[in-house]
Amino acid sequence: MGAHHDDLHDPAEPHGRALRLGIGGPVGSGKTALVAALCRGLGPSLRLGVVTNDIYTTEDADFLRRAGVIDPERILAVQTGCCPHTAIRDDIAANLDAVETLEERFGPLDLVIVESGGDNLTATFSRGLADRQIFVLDVSGGDKVPRKGGPGVTSADLLVVNKTDLAPMVGADLTVMSRDAAAVRDGKPVLFTSIREDKGAHSVAEWVTHMVDAWRREHRRPHHHAAPAS
Amino acid sequence: MREAPGYAGCGGHEGGAGMRGDAGMKGDAALLLLADSRLPAGGHAHSGGVEEAVRLGTVTGTGDLARFLRGRLATAGLVTAALAAAACELATAENDAEDTTDNAAETVADTTPGSAPGTPTRSGSAGREPGATRAPEAPHTDGAADGAALWRRLDAEADARVASPAQREAARTQGRLLLRTARPMWPSAALDTVARALPEGPHHPVVLGAVAASAGCTPRQAALAAAYTSVTAPATAAVRLLGLDPVAVHRLLAGLAPALEDVARAACASLDDAVPADEESDEREPGQHAGRHSGHHPGHDSGRQPRRNAAWPTRWHALPGHGAPALDLLAEGHLTNPMKLFVS
Repeated sequence: MGAHHDDLHDPAEPHGRALRLGIGGPVGSGKTALVAALCRGLGPSLRLGVVTNDIYTTEDADFLRRAGVIDPERILAVQTGCCPHTAIRDDIAANLDAVETLEERFGPLDLVIVESGGDNLTATFSRGLADRQIFVLDVSGGDKVPRKGGPGVTSADLLVVNKTDLAPMVGADLTVMSRDAAAVRDGKPVLFTSIREDKGAHSVAEWVTHMVDAWRREHRRPHHHAAPAS
Repeated sequence: MREAPGYAGCGGHEGGAGMRGDAGMKGDAALLLLADSRLPAGGHAHSGGVEEAVRLGTVTGTGDLARFLRGRLATAGLVTAALAAAACELATAENDAEDTTDNAAETVADTTPGSAPGTPTRSGSAGREPGATRAPEAPHTDGAADGAALWRRLDAEADARVASPAQREAARTQGRLLLRTARPMWPSAALDTVARALPEGPHHPVVLGAVAASAGCTPRQAALAAAYTSVTAPATAAVRLLGLDPVAVHRLLAGLAPALEDVARAACASLDDAVPADEESDEREPGQHAGRHSGHHPGHDSGRQPRRNAAWPTRWHALPGHGAPALDLLAEGHLTNPMKLFVS
C-alpha cells in the first residue's frame, strides 16, 4: 500500500519515553507495599506514573491513593476479568493504553510502574509492556519457593524476597532461599527486604534508580550508533 | 428471513456456480484471526453484562445463560452486526479509493518523467514518493464528504443506539483497544481516518467493521464477527464467574451458530434496505456490476466493493436499533459493584 500511515497508536518509541517497570508476584507478597515504597523513595527525584491491575476493581489503586505517596491522578487502575496474567502477558492492550494515557497526561515521565494482579509463579510481563520486571515473593510462602522456580522467579530482572522480619516465625531459612534463587537465576540479582521495617525499600529503590539511569543513557543519545569511526 | 438481494456490498455470493464444494471466500482466514478470543485487543476483560447478571442471580447456570445469550444476540448482537457491516462498507470504499489514488499517482509519475518529486499529480493528491509527507487533511478526490466526518457520523449512529452511558463507555474502550491492536496488523487508510476522527475511541462495532475491511473481509463477515463476539465474550465470562462446564457452554454456542449466521444475514439485509442497491448501482461505472454475479474473485476483487456513496450517512439512521433495557440496567448496575472483576 502506498499510503503514508500515521501510526498514532503504535507503542511509543523507546527513545525518550519513560522506563516501564513491571512488578509481579503472588497474592499478598507485598507488591502494592513495594510500589508505595518506591513512590515514597523515588517520588522526589523521578517523575512517576503507576498502573495497577487489581483483582477487585480499584483496591490497590485506592491503597496507594490513601497512602498519599503519589498524586492520585497519576494512578490508573486496569481491570482484568479474572485473568491477571492475561492482561500483562497475552493481551496487554488495556495496560498499554493506561501507560500511554499517563504519559500523554503527565509526560514526560521517567518511570511508569505497572503492578500486576496477584498471580502464580508462572506470571511474567510481556516485553511489549514492561522494559524491566521485578518479581516479589515473601518468606511466609515457604523457603522452597525459589527452588520451585517458574518464569517469574527465574527470568525477572530482579527477584525481591519480602517480609524477612517474619522468617523466624515461619521457619524460613533465608540462606536456603538465597542459594536456591541464585541457582536458578543465572546471576541475576536477588534482594531481601522487609518493607514493614524499611518503608522506602531502599535497596530496591537503588536498583530501580540504576535501571532508570541506564535507560536514559541508552535512549537519549541521538545518533550514537551513527558516529563515524575515525 | 428474506434472501438478501444481490447487493455486492454484503459479500456477494459465496461458493457460487462452478465452485467445487466450499470455495470459501476471500477474507476467511482474516475473519478467524479477527474473531479469535486470543486477539490481543482487551476483549477478555468484558463480560457484556454477565458479571452483573450473575451478581443479581439472574444468570446461575447454563439454562439461564442460554436465554441471556439469545436475548443479547437478538438485540445488541444484531445492532452491532449491522453497524459493523456499514463500517466495513465505508472502510472498503475508503481503502479502495486510497489504492486507486495511489495507483493513479504512480501511473502519472511513471509516464511523466519530467515531474519532480512531490509535484501534484493529475488526481490532485500530494506526491507519493517514499518519504513524501501528505497533509493529514488532504481532500479526497472522489468528491465525497470528508472521511473523518463520515466516521464520526457512523459512530454517532452507534452512540444513539446504546442507552446506557456505561455501555457506551465500555464500547468506546473496546473500540480504542481494538484499533490500537489492529493498526499495526492491517495498516490502512480507513483505520488511520477512524483514529484521527475519533481519538477518544470509536464504538467497538465501528472499529470492528473498519478492521474487517482492512483485513480483506466483506461486510457480511464483519457482521458475523460482531454477532460472534456479542455472545462469546459473555459466555466465556460466565465460565469464569460460575465455574460452568466449559464444554456445556460451548455446546450452547454451537447451538447458536445458525442464529449467528441469521443475524449476520439480517444485518446485511438491513444495510441493503437502508442503502438501496439501485441507488448504489447508479454510482457504479459500467463493468463493475460483473462482480455481483460472478461470485468469488481471486486477486484484487474490487468489483464486489461499492464506491463511496455520498448518500450513505443519510441512510444509516435506518439501520436496526433494537434496545435491550435489561442490558442497559445491568451495565449501569455493574459500575456500582465494588467487587467487580470485569470492565463491563
